[in-house]
Amino acid sequence: MIQNVNNPVLELHDLTVTYNKKPVLWDIDLTLPSGAIIGVIGPNGAGKSTMIKSIMGLVPLSSGYVKIFDQDLPTVRHKVSYVPQKESVDWDFPASVMDVVLMGRYGKLGLFKRPRKADKEVARECLRRVDMEAFANRQISQLSGGQQQRVFLARALAQEADLYFMDEPFAGVDAATEKAIINLMKTMSEQGKTVVVVHHDLQSAMEYFDWVVLLNLRLVASGPVNDVMTSTLLQETYGGKLTLLAEVGELLTKKEFPSRENQ
Amino acid sequence: MENLWEFLSLRDPNIRYVVLGSILLAASSAIVGTFTLLKKKALVGDAVAHSVLPGICLAFILTGVKNPFYLVIGAFVTGWISLVLIDYITKHSKIKEDTAIGLILSVFFGIGILMLTVIQKSGNAAQSGLDHFLFGQAASLVGQDLLVFSAIALILMIAVLVLFKEFALIAFDTHFAESIGFPVRALELVLTTLTVLAVVTGIQAIGVVLMAAMLITPAAAARFWTDKLTVMIFLAAGLGAFSGLVGAYISYVAPAMPTGPWIVMIISIIAITSFFLAPQKGILFRMITQRKFQTQMLEENILKLFFQLGERADHKYFDTRSVDDITRRRPFELSKLQRGLKNLRKQGFLEATATGWVFTQAGKSKGQRITKLHRLWELYLTEYLKIAPDHVHEDAETIEHIITPELEKRLEEQLQFPSMDPHKSQIPYQR
Ligand SMILES: Nc1ncnc2c1ncn2[C@@H]1O[C@H](COP(=O)(O)OP(=O)(O)OP(=O)(O)O)[C@@H](O)[C@H]1O
Ligand SMILES: [Mg+2]
Repeated sequence: MIQNVNNPVLELHDLTVTYNKKPVLWDIDLTLPSGAIIGVIGPNGAGKSTMIKSIMGLVPLSSGYVKIFDQDLPTVRHKVSYVPQKESVDWDFPASVMDVVLMGRYGKLGLFKRPRKADKEVARECLRRVDMEAFANRQISQLSGGQQQRVFLARALAQEADLYFMDEPFAGVDAATEKAIINLMKTMSEQGKTVVVVHHDLQSAMEYFDWVVLLNLRLVASGPVNDVMTSTLLQETYGGKLTLLAEVGELLTKKEFPSRENQ
Repeated sequence: MENLWEFLSLRDPNIRYVVLGSILLAASSAIVGTFTLLKKKALVGDAVAHSVLPGICLAFILTGVKNPFYLVIGAFVTGWISLVLIDYITKHSKIKEDTAIGLILSVFFGIGILMLTVIQKSGNAAQSGLDHFLFGQAASLVGQDLLVFSAIALILMIAVLVLFKEFALIAFDTHFAESIGFPVRALELVLTTLTVLAVVTGIQAIGVVLMAAMLITPAAAARFWTDKLTVMIFLAAGLGAFSGLVGAYISYVAPAMPTGPWIVMIISIIAITSFFLAPQKGILFRMITQRKFQTQMLEENILKLFFQLGERADHKYFDTRSVDDITRRRPFELSKLQRGLKNLRKQGFLEATATGWVFTQAGKSKGQRITKLHRLWELYLTEYLKIAPDHVHEDAETIEHIITPELEKRLEEQLQFPSMDPHKSQIPYQR
C-alpha cells in the first residue's frame, strides 16, 4: 500500500543509503502530501533517523535522489527545518535557552553576522509558543528532558520554514508536553506547513497523524493514516519477515561488497 | 622582591617584549582551546602539540638556520599531517580514535626526538636553543621570533572573533549547522588550522611537551566559573595570560629554568583551585551549602521541638526547658544539640537560664512557623497526593525547612487554612 501524490512536498526516488557498505535503506520511492502531519513509524534500527538525515543531506546517498518542493535541497534549504533527536547534543554546553533558539535564525543571517534585535524578538515569540518564555535566560543544562525538547522546537519555529522534519520529538516527554507539541503541530499544519515526525507509539499515531509512512529498511507503506495503520501492514513492518533483508546487509559488510555495481 | 619590581615596571624593553609576547601567546591559545575543549578534542590537541616537533627539526635540517618563519611552517605541516593520519586511521580501520591518537602522538614525537638528537650531535653552531622547543624558554622570545609568534597569536584572536557564532554552533550541534547550509567541513577545517597554529605559537615559550595543557586547561578552569560562552572565553584568555606572565617572570629571574612547566603548573593550580572553590560547581561550595543546610535543619528542629514542648505543657511556651526535656522528646546527638542551642542563643531565638533554655518571642514565632509548615505539608500530601497519613511524617521533616514564604502562602490558600493536620494536631497560625 504505497500511495503517491501530485505536487508532493517531498519526493524520494530509488533512495539507498549504506553505512560501511551495509544498506540500511533499500530503494525507497516515496512522495508526501503538503500541509499534512506525517508520521514515520518503524521498529528500532529501521532506518527512520537515517532517512531524515539523508533527506537533509547529512549522510551520503548510495543511489537515488531527493526533491523538496520539486527542487534540490540547497535551493530550498531556507524552507526546511530539521529537529535532531535531543540526545544528539551535549546539554552541558555553556549556552542559555535564548542562545539555542537564536541558532534557528542563523540560516537566515548567514555567516559572520550577529543576531539582530529583530531575531531576538522572533526567538522570544517562538519560546512563547512552546510556553518556555520564562526560561529564556536559563542555562540549558538545567532543563528537564521535556523542556529541552521544547527548546529544540522553538529553535525550529524560529527558522520560519514550510517543511519540518522532527526526529522523535515525543521521546521522554510527559503527557502535557506531548499534548502541547501536537497542538503546536496542528496549528502549523493549519498554516499550510508540513510536519514529518518520527514516532514510536502506534496508539497515538492513529489520532496524531494525517498520513503515515511505515518503514523497516525498506518502505512498507505510505498513505492516509486509516489505510496504512492496518494489522497486516503493521505485522509486515514489525514482524520477522525482514530478517532476510537484514542478513543480506550483514553479508555485504562482511564481504566488503559494493552495494551498487558501479562503486 | 626587587626582581619582581624591576620586572613589573617593564622598564627594560627586553622584558617588555617578552611579557607582551607571553601574554599574547597564552591568551590566544586559551581562546582557541576553549573550542577544542567544547568539541571534546582535548586529546587531539595533545597529539598535534607533540607532532610539531619533527616538523621543527626537519625545517632546521633543510634550511640550516633557526629562522622562526621556517620553523613555524615545518611545525604546521607535520602538525597537520598528524591530524589527517588520525582521521584516516579512525575512518578506515577498526582502531578507535583514542588508540589512533596515542599511536600518532608517540610515533611523531619519537621521530622528533630522534631528529633533535641527530641535530645536536651534528655540531651545527646555529642549533643552540633548539632544545628549548621541548620545554619552552620565554626569555628567548625576542626579535624576529617574537614578531612571528605574536602575529600568529593576533591572527588567531581575530579569526575567533569573526567566526565566534559559527564555531559555537558547530561545537554544539554539527548536524543542525549542516542542515541550515553552513559550510561545516570548511569551518571545521578552519578551526583545526587555528588549533594547529595555536600550538605552533606556543612552541618557543611553552614547548611542545606541555603545549596541550595551555590549550585546554585555561578553558577547563574557566568553565567552572561561568555558564556563558563569551564569559568563558574571556576568562580563559585572562587566566592563560596570567600564567604566561608568571612564566615570563620565572624565565627572567631563573634563565636556566625551562618556562613551560612553570606556566603549566600555574594554570593547573588555577584549575584545581577552581575545581574546589568555584560557585555552584566547585566541591568546596557544595560542601559548604550542604553544611549550611544541615545546620539550618538542626536549629529549626530544635525550635520546633521547643514549640511542641510548649504545646504539651498547656501552651506555656516561655518556661525553661532542660537538655533532658529536649532529648527525651527527640534523641538529638548531644554535641550537636549543644552547638545548636548556643547558635540559637547568639541569633536571639533562645536564652540561657540557670537550669536550661527558654524561648524568646522571635524563637517562638519561628518554632511555630516550622510546626505549622510540617503539619500543612502532611495535610497536603494526604489530601492532594492521597498518601497514607502514617507515611507523610518523614517527607514533611525535610520539606518544612525549604518552603519559601510564597509557597507557604499558596499552601495555606489551597488548603483553605485548615485547623487540624492528618494526625489531629492543631495547626498553629500566627495571629
Ligand atoms: N553512523 C552510523 N554508522 C554505522 N551504522 C549506523 C550509523 N547510524 C545508524 N546506523 C545503523 O543503521 C541502522 C538504522 O539506524 P537508524 O538510526 O536510522 O534507525 P532508527 O529507525 O532511527 O532507530 P531508532 O528507533 O532506534 O531511533 C541501524 O542498524 C544502525 O545500527
Ligand atoms: Mg532514530
